[in-house]
Amino acid sequence: MNGLESIEIGGGETVAFWILGPVALAGALGMVFSRNAVHSALWLVNTMLALGVFYVIQDAPFLGAVQIIVYTGAIMILFLFVLMMVGRDSSDSVVETLRGQRVAATVLGIGFAGMVGAGIARATEGLVGVGLADAQPEGNIPAVAESLFTDYLLAFEVTSALLITAALGAMVLAHIEREPGSRSTQKELSRARFLTERPQTLPGPGVYARANSVAAPALLPDGRPSPESYATGIEPQEVDEMARPTGRGQLGSPDAALGTLDPAPLDGPAGGDRA
Amino acid sequence: MTLTYYLVLAAILFTIGAVGVLVRRNAIVVFMCIELMLNSVNLTLVTFARATGTVDGQIMAFFVMVVAAAEVVVGLAIIMSIYRTRRSASVDDVNLLKY
Repeated sequence: MNGLESIEIGGGETVAFWILGPVALAGALGMVFSRNAVHSALWLVNTMLALGVFYVIQDAPFLGAVQIIVYTGAIMILFLFVLMMVGRDSSDSVVETLRGQRVAATVLGIGFAGMVGAGIARATEGLVGVGLADAQPEGNIPAVAESLFTDYLLAFEVTSALLITAALGAMVLAHIEREPGSRSTQKELSRARFLTERPQTLPGPGVYARANSVAAPALLPDGRPSPESYATGIEPQEVDEMARPTGRGQLGSPDAALGTLDPAPLDGPAGGDRA
Repeated sequence: MTLTYYLVLAAILFTIGAVGVLVRRNAIVVFMCIELMLNSVNLTLVTFARATGTVDGQIMAFFVMVVAAAEVVVGLAIIMSIYRTRRSASVDDVNLLKY
């Protein structure tokens, strides 16, 4: 087909590609199609891990490690933090605002894929595969370090300025400016609380129920779940009540619980030989 | 199998990400789709680094990762401040460039 066939690809890499390639594709499709944003994030983690393994098997173990640490470790956790702050229930609406947008996007995507495919075919036409064995004789990390700290030193230094700017920008954007006297004191908060209908605390989830999960509502004395203890965003889960033993017959005798079935020793010779 | 398979996989992932940007309404999911596109470009860079026998492609993928990290931090901060004022993370609700 083209010169890229000059790089020998082992059987192990082929197997890894055909296992992880579909995994990465499934992650990408799941991300686009899942309605819940948290599910989207988890699908994307799937794809990114698969790509990290691809980097490792393509002679770039440093990038593979960076991919897993920075992307799946830091960036996706940041995404999940923001998702939890913004609200897990902010799922997409199914209603299309622009009519025919999805169809148009799909057609555009197919056309774009065809264009990129043609571009790949053109780009790899006369390309002769070399392989990285000569470029990194002492391993991947010394080669990357040498290139990074000689040829790309200026870009590397500029990167630090970029990172500091990004951190400062995020702080400025996420910061809330409060007027110095606008924060109410503890005394004012307490007064305001006692003027409401309910000065005492709300029942905590799982109190007097058989589970201590946030999904388990607190039970009122008559056994009904208390609506005030429902957690926001979570369906209250029914907790099946423990069967209460009633009466002496269901509780059983203390002897049965201890496992002794012999009758109580009687006075006389029958009781003597047990000693 | 040749290295072209990696390039084709990266192209498909990029296309899925692009379609996701166009289709999804939640700003955070749109952001994730952009991350997917950046990742697929990284796969292309690493594959071409292997094909041409230089580590320059890997260095470029490294810089793409750094820029992506910075971009995500600022972008998510913008989404959070939009959410604070408008109580919504949907891109449909943000159609005016004013308060």
